[in-house]
Formats: sequence, C-alpha cells, structure tokens
Amino acid sequence: MSERPTGEAARGVAASAHDLVKTYGSEEAEVRALDGVTVDLMKGEFTAIMGPSGSGKSTLMHCLAALDTPTSGDAVVDGTGLAGLKDKALTTLRREKVGFVFQAFNLIPTLTARENILLPLDLAGRKVDQAWFDAVIDAVGLRDRLSHRPSEMSGGQQQRVACARALVSQPSIVFADEPTGNLDSTSSAEVLGFLRRSVDEFGQTIVMVTHDPVAASYTDRILFLADGRIVDELRDPDRDAILAKMAGLQDLATAKAAG
Amino acid sequence: MFRLTWRNLLARKVRLLMSALAIVLGIGFLAGVLTFSSGLGKTFDGIIEGTNADAQAQPAGSNSWQQIGAGDTLTISPDDVAELAALPEVAQADGTIDSQALYIADTDGNLVGGGGAPTISFNRTDTPNLLGDPIMELTEGRWPEADDEIALDPSAADRAGYEVGDDVTVFPPGAVGFGSAADEQPPTTTLRLVGLAGFAGGGGTAGSTLVTFSTSGAQAMFLDGQDVFTKVALTAAEGVSQQELVDAADAVLPDGYEAVTGDELVDQQQNAIGEFLGFISIFLGVFAVIAVIVGGFIIANTFSILVAQRVRELALLRALGASRKQVRRSVLVEATMMAVIGSTLGLFVGLGLARGLASLFGSFGLEINSDVLNLSPTTVAAAYAVGIVVTLVSAYLPARRASKVAPVAAMREDTATTEGSLRRRTLIGAVLLVIGAGIALAGVVGAPGNDAVWIGVGAVIWVLTVAAISAVLGRPVLVACRALFTRVFGTTGRLAGDNAIRNPRRTGATASALMIGLTLVSAVGVLAASMSATLDDVVDDQFTADFLVQSPVFAAFNPAIARQMSQVDGVEVVSQQQGYLGLVEDDVEPSFIFGTDAAFSEIYDLPMVDGSPTFTGDQTLINESTADKYDVGVGDTLTIRFPGDNDVDVTVSGISEDNEVAGAINVPFSVLRKGEIKRSDISLSINLADGADKAAVGKELKALVADFPIVAVQDKQEFADSLKGQINQLLYMVYGLLALSIVIAIIGIVNTLSLSVIERTREIGLLRAVGLSRRRLRRMVTLESVTISVMGAVLGLALGLVIGVLLQRSLRDDLTALAIPLTSLVTFLLVAVVFGVLAAIVPAIRASRMKVLDAIATE
Ligand SMILES: Nc1ncnc2c1ncn2[C@@H]1O[C@H](COP(=O)(O)OP(=O)(O)OP(=O)(O)O)[C@@H](O)[C@H]1O
Ligand SMILES: [Mg+2]
Repeated sequence: MSERPTGEAARGVAASAHDLVKTYGSEEAEVRALDGVTVDLMKGEFTAIMGPSGSGKSTLMHCLAALDTPTSGDAVVDGTGLAGLKDKALTTLRREKVGFVFQAFNLIPTLTARENILLPLDLAGRKVDQAWFDAVIDAVGLRDRLSHRPSEMSGGQQQRVACARALVSQPSIVFADEPTGNLDSTSSAEVLGFLRRSVDEFGQTIVMVTHDPVAASYTDRILFLADGRIVDELRDPDRDAILAKMAGLQDLATAKAAG
Repeated sequence: MFRLTWRNLLARKVRLLMSALAIVLGIGFLAGVLTFSSGLGKTFDGIIEGTNADAQAQPAGSNSWQQIGAGDTLTISPDDVAELAALPEVAQADGTIDSQALYIADTDGNLVGGGGAPTISFNRTDTPNLLGDPIMELTEGRWPEADDEIALDPSAADRAGYEVGDDVTVFPPGAVGFGSAADEQPPTTTLRLVGLAGFAGGGGTAGSTLVTFSTSGAQAMFLDGQDVFTKVALTAAEGVSQQELVDAADAVLPDGYEAVTGDELVDQQQNAIGEFLGFISIFLGVFAVIAVIVGGFIIANTFSILVAQRVRELALLRALGASRKQVRRSVLVEATMMAVIGSTLGLFVGLGLARGLASLFGSFGLEINSDVLNLSPTTVAAAYAVGIVVTLVSAYLPARRASKVAPVAAMREDTATTEGSLRRRTLIGAVLLVIGAGIALAGVVGAPGNDAVWIGVGAVIWVLTVAAISAVLGRPVLVACRALFTRVFGTTGRLAGDNAIRNPRRTGATASALMIGLTLVSAVGVLAASMSATLDDVVDDQFTADFLVQSPVFAAFNPAIARQMSQVDGVEVVSQQQGYLGLVEDDVEPSFIFGTDAAFSEIYDLPMVDGSPTFTGDQTLINESTADKYDVGVGDTLTIRFPGDNDVDVTVSGISEDNEVAGAINVPFSVLRKGEIKRSDISLSINLADGADKAAVGKELKALVADFPIVAVQDKQEFADSLKGQINQLLYMVYGLLALSIVIAIIGIVNTLSLSVIERTREIGLLRAVGLSRRRLRRMVTLESVTISVMGAVLGLALGLVIGVLLQRSLRDDLTALAIPLTSLVTFLLVAVVFGVLAAIVPAIRASRMKVLDAIATE
C-alpha cells in the first residue's frame, strides 16, 4: 500500500478504497460506475454516502464490502486487501469482518428473528456472546419478537432485525444500503436511532448509503458521490447543510447536462 | 396472447427442456416398447409364414409347436410318402424328420442356447413354403450329405464359435428304445459343420438354433437309422387348395396320421407364440405406463411451480384485461408445445430403446431382425396422443390455478403464492385411504373374484392418494430429516430442512414421483422375498432326496446316466422320472404326464388325500387340483391320449395334496410305453446310504456328468438356490424396468430444485453475503434434494411394504411364507439418498454460480 489517503489516521482506518475503478459493459457502451475513488473510512465513525441516482454509491459499497470486485484499484477491510482474494477468503471475510443491512429482503423467510440474527455466527460456527446479544436485542427493542418469522413482522421491525444481525457478530464495519428506503419516518427514526447508538455506545463503524437528508443528518461524515467520483465531503452535518450541498450538486449536474 | 406464450417458451428454454425430458423419457419408453413388441411379432410372423408348407401330414393329436420332440416313435414309411406324392393334388411330398431333442455344445463345451429358445434339428428338403419360396437358404459352404455332416444357422454358429469345416460336439437325443443296447451310447458325438443355412429371407431365427441334417443323417440320429419319417411336408399341385390337398392326403394316410393345412399350422403356431408375445408386450407396457404416469406428475409439478413463479406476470396480464380463459389457454398452449416437442424427441428415444432391447434380447439368444424395428404409424400416433393427453391433463390444474390469479396480485409486494390450506385435501385423502384399505382388505379376507385384483385396486387408490397428500403424510419424514441434518450439518442442514418444508406441496409432488417407483420396487421385493422363503420351506419340507439330477434346458437324457449313478459308492436309491405331453380326457391343451419308477415313493413321502401313494400297471397318482378338474376319485378312470391317437386308460389309485415334488398326473413307465413313448429321463432323485459322505458322493456324481452340460446334479441347497436365482433374475428385470420411472422421478427432483433455486435467488445471495460459502451452499441444495428423495423413498417403501404384505396374505395358499427383505429396503433407502445427491449436482452448481449481487439488486 504505497499511497495513504489523507485523513484522521489517528483514529484508525476500518476500511479504505484505493483508486477504485469499476466499469460495466463493453468498449463503446462502457459505464464507469466508479471512476477512481480513494477514501478512508474511520473506525467508530458513522459515514453516509450520498449522491444522485446512478452515481455509484451502491457500487462503491459493494466493492468495499467484498460483494463485488473492482475493475482496478483495491479495497482494504480491517487491514486486509481484497484484491486477489479467492471466493472462499472473501466469504470468510464477509462473515467475520463485515455486517450488512440492505434496503429490502434482509432476512431468510424460513428462520425466526433470533435465528436470522444469529445466522452469521452460526455459519461461522462461533459461540454467541450472550451479554452482547442481549445488549443488541435490547438496543433494537426486539426481545418480544425473537421467535417471530419475517412474515410476521413489520418492515421496520424486519430492518431492525437486519441491523441486529449486522451487529451481533461485532464486525469491523457495517454497510447499509438505503436501510430506511422502504420505511416510513417513524420506523426510519427507530432504525437510524439504533445505528447511531451502536456507534456511540459500542464504537461500531457504519457506512450507510442514503438519499434522505434526514437520515444523513444522523451521521458523523457525509461523502458526496457524483459520476463515480467523490466530489465533496461534510463533517458533523446538519440538515440544512446537507440540503445546500445536495442542491449544489444538483445544479452542477444540471449545468453539466446543459453542456 | 399467443406471442406471449411463445416468448415464455423461449425465455424458459432450459426449464422447458427439463420438463420435456420427463415426457421424452416416458414417451420414449412407450414408443420403444410398442416398436419392440411389434418387431418381435413381425420376426416371429416372418419365421412362421416362411417355414410352413402348403400342408403337413403329422401324427394325429400332436401340436407341432409344443412337441418336445423326444420319444414319439410314430413314423411313416417312404412308401406312404411315395403314395402321397403320386396323388394328383400333390405336386411334391417330402418326408421330414424333425426333433428338438438334440443339443449342441459350443467350442468351450457349454450348451448353446441354454434355457432359451429351442434347438431344432431337421432333414434338408426343398419343400417350398406357403409363398412358394424355399424355406432354407444356404449362406456358406454346402448342404450336408453324409450322415455325420450338418449345417447350422449362421447366428448359432457364430455364438458357438464354429466355422465351416469344424467338428461340432453335439448331445444326441436322450431317448433310446426300451431294452435297447444303446444304453452305453456315449454322451456326446461329433459332427462336421459343412455349411451355414438359416431361414430364407434373412429374418433371423428368433434365437432358435437350427441344425440341418441330410435325410439319412437325421434318420440315423433320431430314428435309429430306420428309413422312415416322422412327418410329410406336402406341396399342392397347380390350382389345388390347401383343403383339397389335405382331404386327398387324409384318404391315403396310414392310421394315426392326419393332414393339416399350412394355414392352420400357421394359426396354431401364431397362437402359441402370440401368448408369449402378448405377455412380453403387456409386461413391458405396464412399465411404460408407470413411466408415463410418473412423467405426468413431474409435468404437473413443473407447471405448478412455473405458474407460482409467474403470479405477478399473470396478474399483470389479468389487470391489463386478459380474460381467465386466455390466461388458462396460454398455459395449456405452452404445455401442448412442450408435449409435441417432448413426444417427437421421445419417438427417437423409443426407436433407440427398441434397438437396445433388441440387442439385449439378442444377447440372450433371441435375435430380432433390426429391419422390422421401425416406427409404425400407430406407434407414432399413440406416442403423440399419449404425450399430449398426459401433458394437458397434468398441466390442467396448474393452468386453472393460473387463471384464478387475481389482478390485484400484480400490486402485491409478496409474490409468493400462499399455499392454500391442505386440510380439505387431507380430509378427502384420509377418506380415500380408508376406502382403499377397505377394498384391499376385502381382497385379503377373500371377497368374490380375484383377491389380487381387489388388492391391486386398493393399492392404486392408495398410491394416488398418498401422492396427492404426500405433503401431509411426508411431513414427519421432512421434520426428521431437518432435525438430523441440523444436528450433523448445523445451520446449513437446518436451512436445507426448512427449504424442503416450506413448500410442502412442491416437495410432496416431487417426492411422489419417486414414491410411485419405489412403492412397486418394495412391493415386488416383498413378494420375491416371500417367494424365496416359501421355496426354502417347500424344498426343506418336500424335497427329501439328497440329490436331484435335472436338465437346465428341460431336455430328456439317457437313462444310462441313472444306471451309472446308482453304481456310485454311497448311493442307495436312484429314482427315475420321465415326462411327456398327453391330452387328458377331452382337453385340447396337452398336460404334462409324469412317469416314475417304484423307487419314487421310497424317496418321497407324499401327503395323501385318498388312496395309496404307490401306483403300478395302469394306475395313476394325481394331485388334488387335477382330481377336482376332471372330477374323478380313487377308482375312476382317466384317458390319456399320446401322439398318434394312442389312448391309454389309467385308473386313479391315489390322490395327493398339491405339491412340488410329484407331477399333477403320475404314471408308471409302463403307461408311457403303451403310449409308444420312448424311454428317457427328465429328472433323477438320489438318496444316499446311511453314513455316506454327502460331499464326496456329490463330487463323484457331478464328475460323472461333467462333460454333459445337459444334466446338472444339485443337492437340496443348490436346487433351492437355482430356483431362487430364477426368481431373482425376474426381480432384477423388474427393478431394471422400474429404473426408468425412477430416473424420470429424479429428473423431477432436478427440475424442482432448479426452479426453487431460481426462485430463491435473492435469499441465496443474502446467505452468501452474510457468509455462506459456495461449498456449504451446494451442500444446502444437496441436503434439500436428499430430503425430498428420502421422503419419496420412505413413503414408497412403506406403502409398497404394506401392499406386498397384503398381496402375500391373499396368496398365502401358494405363497405360504412371508418375508420382508429388510436389507434390500435399507439399500433402496440408501440408493435414494445417492439419487438425491446426484439430482442436486446441477441445481447446486447453478446456485453456487449465482452472483451475490444479483440477489441484492432489488427488482
Ligand atoms: N450490473 C450492472 N451492469 C451494468 N451497469 C451497471 C450495473 N450495476 C450498476 N450499473 C451502472 O453503474 C452505475 C452506478 O450504479 P449504482 O447502482 O452504484 O448507482 P447508485 O448510486 O447506487 O444509484 P441509486 O441511488 O439509484 O441506487 C449506474 O450508471 C448503473 O447503471
Ligand atoms: Mg443504489
């Protein structure tokens, strides 16, 4: 790792991207979903990734989370470079180091809430840290729902189960792609509140993709993506600052489109 | 609408092919069986029509096809033949000698055609057949001239490893005249192969071995060298009908001879062979039908899944204004296309299968001319009809379900069709199971009519009902599998178990296809095991002789063998038995008449119903069924007619219980002699002196006939084993034929799993994302597959066990022992596990190749 991106190295890096490029399609119809992204994601920080639709947010997250392989560049998770890792190693890394919350379809329908939460641990054959499990369950407030199946829970409850699952294995980093995209504002607030608390109370590292300025205002740091590049960044954001930045990006995009 | 259907078909090429495969195999089997049976029929028809003359003079009352050929001494002189030839109605009269009593050895000394088709020996004549063509055709060498020369049919020569010019070892007929000095006749003779000659037209011999002699050679071999014939082949003069020919011949024929038209002979022979052919085609046909039914199950299941997966799309169509009928029709049109494609491919598979069956039969010696194995228009029509009907019937319910999809379903987030309650189905199923049980029990307790039919009807109801409610009945199996797999494989096993349980109907329907085959496997297994056990009992109980000497080809052998064996140290008694066909009373079908000596009753202690077990002079000992059949008791008389209208009256001196040791009608040798049947043996029973070394004596007895494979010496155990070997051979054949329906069922598992895997793309992706490795994903799919196959196997084996036991109960008069082949059942269960693993290979690879991201990309 030759070049270290600048940042608050003192706090430690949970995951980083080094000149990540991801292209889709062939020569003529090539889409550069990521166009050289370099970024450090700090330990114990709640980071949001924002940007217009199609700007490459999901792609960046997938590459960082070992779900997808970049065309060039490298992603590092908890000190492990992903480039060149085989499927088996990537699987293990996901299981041990990474937690996920997706926008929808986060749970296995045949398993109960408890089983879904414990799935990564079961797959890894690891013992449950009962105290930690209790802490997580109480934090998401799902104690009375543990034996329910996904079909018996509301969307918000399902997302909270998914969050609990992402946290219970104490991963180095949790990736959440529009975790509140399908939820109403009350449920969103529950989920986001929980994510915030897990950062504050448990020192968890979380990266979240979102379109919602309200959701983004829960975070410590916002990365703005456009056309596959990080174009801006905001620390300890409030809603107004976010809206202002987004409007600026929007103008930029319109201007660009206009020629 | 039509265009959409077509698109659907194209878009689902792979799934379509997989489901069509079920049709392809089912129809393939059906077409193969039809083609093969008709080919077999044509082969025999060709032979029968090509080998009969316009008319034949033969001993009255003999049915030429069934004649066993050894022992009838009735002959006709050359003068009589000349007299026939002189008749104005007769263009040609050829004295013939034919026999099935000679066997040939191959170059290794083994019997040619052992146990299969007969070896037919005859003298060469140039009598034309019904069509005016020559009967025999020389393909190599020349016709035999000297007494020690023969020609063989090319296929037999090939199988036996002989070439023209070689010396051929033959086993001459066992029959020798009473008191003849031929006792010391050597057991084998060598003859020179001078030519190859088969039936003209190249139609094959259907496995028979043809041995052609010169006329004097045949007389020397079969008639002690007398210049006489056994039959006369007659050719009609120009413009003379067969009937006129027969009438004219009858006028001059000596006593005991009659003339029969060629057409009648053809009819007789076709009838006799028709029974055998009918049996073969029904036997094979049953398995084809089973395969087609299993295929139907799979088609129904595949369409159910496809419809379930397309609920959204169908709902959208409905919302856009498609009528229910249109939706239903679109599914049925899809099914029809699949049926047409599947049936077409099936026809080709069938042709291949028929050729395969033909070469299989060929390797058993029953050769079938491959020119006649063609797809006939009837076969083609039947294949398409069955294929389309079965597919449409199978697809109808799913199609109806598709048409019931509410337009609003298009808007629903959760597209998984809720599986309706199984309660109603279960209730109806339970009632049907009880009805089936009632019918089957009626069979066991002896309701009027054929008991086995009652049980069969009950069994069919059961199988279909269990198939319909397997989702409920099989649940315990699924739960048990899940528990076991969870224990052994942890989360992977748990997930697999859950997956099998989550769509009970899908799992049930898939498992049912396998169940059907295994039900039959286990029922047949129970019957076969019971048969073997019964045999053991019977042999233990009734076969009190220390050794049995028999011919594996049911050939008669020289009584000199009995004499030689009686001289072996340690042998106390040798009882000889002879057999011949005779017409009892007014029968048209001949019965087997069993001739024995006095020693017979020393060895066997027959359980008697009435009278005495010993019989001499003109007495006969019959069994109970025979007494009932002819309504006779001790002291009554039976008339037995031997060839040449030789009637012998015998008095019933004893009636025994039905048993396996003695024949239905037993007479002393003197009765056979009166019937002018030459002396020969078909079996010997040997008892040893007290204290004799059984092993040593057995060795010596076997050594005596070591060079004479027509005769086998067996002790009790070997005898039972050889009979059980025959049962097992049949059993394996049945298993082999059922294997196809099991293969189709496995395709069903592959299909279901593949579709499920596609359906669960997102779930699989999620599992992969949270850390399920490819290997464990594959294991998960495999375990689900194993669960399905184990469920099918358990249901099938259990049901088959019940049916098998009931059948045994209903047949308990003959099948006295009940045996449950536990080892086999466990083996089948293990085989089912292996099949489950195999079925999962493709779907598992497909699942593990899925991109993790595809799963996460929400639609
Ligand atoms: N599998 C794919 N094949 C081709 N192009 C793709 C693929 N996945 C993403 N893209 C393209 O890459 C670009 C970035 O996609 P990405 O999903 O990362 O956007 P996003 O920022 O997450 O958008 P959204 O906010 O709509 O989710 C888009 O232009 C998209 O069309
Ligand atoms: Mg996205």
